[in-house]
Amino acid sequence: MKKIIAIVLVLMTTGLMAQDKNAKASLDVDGVCMMCKKRIELASLKTKGVKSAVWNLETHELKLIFDERKTDLKAIQENIAAVGHDTQEIKATDEAYNTVHECCRYRDEKIRDDHEDGDGGR
Amino acid sequence: MRKWLLALILFPVVATAQDRLEGRILDGASNSGEGLFGANVVWLNTDIGAVTDVDGSFSIPYDSSYSQLVISYVGYETETITVSGNQRIEHTLQASNDLDEVTVSARKKASARSFLKAENTILVSSDELLKAACCNLSESFETNPSIDVNFANAVSGTRQIRMLGLESPNILIATENIPSIRGAAQAYGLSFIPGTWVESIQITKGAGSVVNGFESIAGQINAELQKPTKDFSFYQNLYTANSGRNELNTHLNTKVSDKWDAGFYLHGNLRDGHHDRNDDNFLDMPTGKQINLMNRWQYTNPEKGLVSFINFRYMDDLNESGQIHSNSDDGDTGGHGHGGSDSNSLLWRSEIETQRFDVSAKLGWVNPSVPYQSLGVQTAFSWHNQDSYFGLNEYDITHASFYGNALYNTIISDSRHKVKAGVSFTYDQYDEDVNETTYERTENSVGGFFEYSYDNLDALTLQAGIRVDNHNRLGFFVTPRLHVKYTPWEKSAFRLSAGSGRRSANIFTENQKLFASNRNINILDTDGKIYGLDPEVAWNYGFSYLQGFNLLGRKADVTFDFYRTDFQNQVVVDWENPQNVRFYNLRGESFANSFQVEFNYTPFERFDLRTAYKYYDIQTDYLSGRLERPLTPKNRVFANAGYETAKSEQGAQWKFDATFNWLDSQRYPSTATSPEFFQLSERTPTVSTLNAQVTKVFSPRFEVYLGGENITDVRQDQPIVNAENPFATYFDTTFVYGPIFGSMYYAGLRYKIQ
Repeated sequence: MKKIIAIVLVLMTTGLMAQDKNAKASLDVDGVCMMCKKRIELASLKTKGVKSAVWNLETHELKLIFDERKTDLKAIQENIAAVGHDTQEIKATDEAYNTVHECCRYRDEKIRDDHEDGDGGR
Repeated sequence: MRKWLLALILFPVVATAQDRLEGRILDGASNSGEGLFGANVVWLNTDIGAVTDVDGSFSIPYDSSYSQLVISYVGYETETITVSGNQRIEHTLQASNDLDEVTVSARKKASARSFLKAENTILVSSDELLKAACCNLSESFETNPSIDVNFANAVSGTRQIRMLGLESPNILIATENIPSIRGAAQAYGLSFIPGTWVESIQITKGAGSVVNGFESIAGQINAELQKPTKDFSFYQNLYTANSGRNELNTHLNTKVSDKWDAGFYLHGNLRDGHHDRNDDNFLDMPTGKQINLMNRWQYTNPEKGLVSFINFRYMDDLNESGQIHSNSDDGDTGGHGHGGSDSNSLLWRSEIETQRFDVSAKLGWVNPSVPYQSLGVQTAFSWHNQDSYFGLNEYDITHASFYGNALYNTIISDSRHKVKAGVSFTYDQYDEDVNETTYERTENSVGGFFEYSYDNLDALTLQAGIRVDNHNRLGFFVTPRLHVKYTPWEKSAFRLSAGSGRRSANIFTENQKLFASNRNINILDTDGKIYGLDPEVAWNYGFSYLQGFNLLGRKADVTFDFYRTDFQNQVVVDWENPQNVRFYNLRGESFANSFQVEFNYTPFERFDLRTAYKYYDIQTDYLSGRLERPLTPKNRVFANAGYETAKSEQGAQWKFDATFNWLDSQRYPSTATSPEFFQLSERTPTVSTLNAQVTKVFSPRFEVYLGGENITDVRQDQPIVNAENPFATYFDTTFVYGPIFGSMYYAGLRYKIQ
C-alpha cells in the first residue's frame, strides 16, 4: 500500500509519466451483509474515476479498478468511510457509522455473530 | 475452522460469451476430488438455479447483482458462498455430520422469470425442455404459458408458435443470438431444430434488445444449443410413438486438445404412420423422414480471454401427405401428382422436401485485465432450399443468407453504466417459384446499434437501445427500444417497455398452408418493393408486474403482463373469401392487445404448479371491415403441474408432469359466400387438451419416459372442407382449430455418459 502511494507521489511529481487508466487495487473494508455490500460498492463507484468495485462478503476484500489520473485510494477510502464503513487506513467517524442500517452495525460483535449464523458466511 | 474456509477455492477463468457463472461442486465425502452429481445451486432469494451434472459441473445464469450462491444436497451441509464477479467457482460440499439432521435443500425451478433484468425475460432450462419429450424446438414451448403452440395442420404437420397472440414471423427467433428461423425457414424452421440439441431458451416479451436486429415485433426467443464442453460426452435418446413417429438423437462430445473441444450431434426421424381416423381419405398427419447433422468446435483460451465456436449443420427433411387411395385405385400412391402435370392422377398429394446447410462462427474476447470490456464477432451463412407441391399448387423457394455482427461491450465512467455498440450486416437472396410465376429478390442491410444500460445497484435498471439501418428495400430507418425495471419493494419488479420493429413479409413461405386449398392468390398492391407490398412496421408497448411472496410458508409468484402491438403497416392476409387469399397493405388499423396473468406456486416440496390465464384482443381492418383475427382464441387457460420424488442415493427418482390447455372458441374465416354445404359456423367450439408424462430416472446415466399427448382424445371432426373433391373449388385444409389426430402415446429412453 505504501508503495502504491509512493509510486503515486512519484508519478504526480514527475507529472509526465503515463498513469494507469485501469489501475487495480484491493483493500479490506469492514461490513457484514448484502446491504453493506451495496453501500460499499456504491460509495466506491460514486468516487469519480472508479470504474469497477466488487466487495466480497466473506473475505471483506474490495476489488477496485480505477483511473489513477482522476482519483486515488485515499479518496476512495474516504468516501467509503463517509458512508460508515471502516477501511484499511481510514476509520469511519461514529457519526457516519451510526447512519448505517441497524443490521449492518459491523462493529457490534452480536450483530456479526448473527450474520455468521444466518448467512453461513462470515 | 469454518468448513468453507477449508474448501473455498476461487480461481479466475474467463467469462464465457454469455453471462453465466460456471463452476464445479466437489464431493467432500470422497476425498478424491470427485464431482457431486445432482447438487442444487441457487442464487439466494431467487428462483434461478441449476443442478450439477455427473461431473459436479454446473452453469447458472449470472448477473452482477447476484452474489450469494446457496449450494445444497441431501445428506450434505447446505452452504452459502459469496461470489464476487463472474469467475469460475470450485467448491467442496461437506457431508453432514449428523445423518439424522434434516437438510433443507432449495430446489431449482425448471423455468423462471427474471427478477433482475430490465427486459421481461423467461429462462427455460433443459429440465423444462425434458417435460415435452418430443421432438423439436416448436414443441419445447408447450409447457410455457408465454408462448402459444398451434395445432398442426394435416398437410405440413408443423406446429406454429405465437407470442402476444401474434404469429411467429413477428418474433425474432435466434440460435445463440444469430437470427435463424427467418425467411424461407419461417414456416417449418422450428421443426428443423431437434429438441435434444437445445440447452436452454430465453424468451423476451416485448420489443427486446436492438443488438440482434430490427425484425422483432412481438418479442425475441433465443435458443442456446448444446456446447461441446458442457454436454455429455455421449448422449443417446430414442423415442417412439404410436402415431408412427420414431426418433433417434445421438450426441458425441470430445476434448480434442488443450483448447479445442468438438461435438457431433445426429438426429434422425422417421414418420411413417398412415392414419385416417376421421375417414376423410386424407392422412391425419404427414409421413416423412429427416436427417439432421451438426458439428461444433469450441475453442477456449482463458489466458487470452478468447472463446470461439464454429458450427456446421446439414438437414434434409421430406414430408408427404394427402389422399390415401384414389377412387380409380390404380394402386399407385407414390405421389406422382407432381405439380398437377400428371392430370391422370386422381390423387391429391402433397410433398415438401427441404434441404438446409448452415455454417456459423463466433469469436468472443474478454479483456483479461479489464473484465468489463469484451468484443464479439458473429458470422453465419445459410442455404435453404424447399421444393414442394400441394395438389396442383407448386411452390419452390431457395434462400441464401449471410449475417454478420460485431459487438463491443464496455462501461462509461463506472460499472453502473454499461454500453454495447456494434455493427451488423445482412444479405438475403430469395428465389421463389409460385406455380408459373417466379419471384426473385435480394435484400441487404447495414446497420449500427448502441445500447446503454444503467443499474443503480438497488431498485432501478434501465436499458435503452437505438439502431439505424440502411436496407435496400426497407430504406433508411431508426429503431429505438427502451426497457425499464423498477423494484419499489422486496421481490417485486415493475417493467415498462416500448420499441419498434420492422420486417419484410415473405408472404408465400409464411402462409404456405393456404396452398393446400384451391384459393386464388391475389396481391392487391404493386408499388411496394416486396412483392409489390410495403414492409411491416409496428410499435410494441408493454407493462409487467411480477411479485414474489410466501404463501403458507411456500414460495409463490404472480405476474401481470399487458402488451399492445400497433401496426403502422402490415401485410394483411385476407382469406375471408373462401375462393381466394388476398395480400394487401394495411388500409386502416391493426393491433394486438394481450393480457396474461400467471401464478406459480410450490404447494409442497418438489411439486410445482404453474397456471396462467391469457386474453387476446387482436383486430385488423380488412377490406370488408374490422375483424377479429381468425383462428385466434380470445381466452386461454393454461395449467402445468410437476412432481418429483426425492432422489435416492443412486440418483433414482420418478418425475411426473401434466399440462392442461383450454382454448376459447375461435372465429372461422368467413365462408359466407360458399354453397351452404361447405359453409362453416361463425365460430369453432372450445378445445381442451391434456398432456402427461412420467419419467423414471434409474441413475444419472439412464432414464426412460412414457407419455401421452391429448389423452382425452379431443379431435376436430372434419378439418378439411370438400375433402371428397380436392381438385374442385372450396376444397380447403386450412380451417384447423384443434387436434386432428387425437390422442397419441409415446415412450423413450435417455442414456448418457459424462
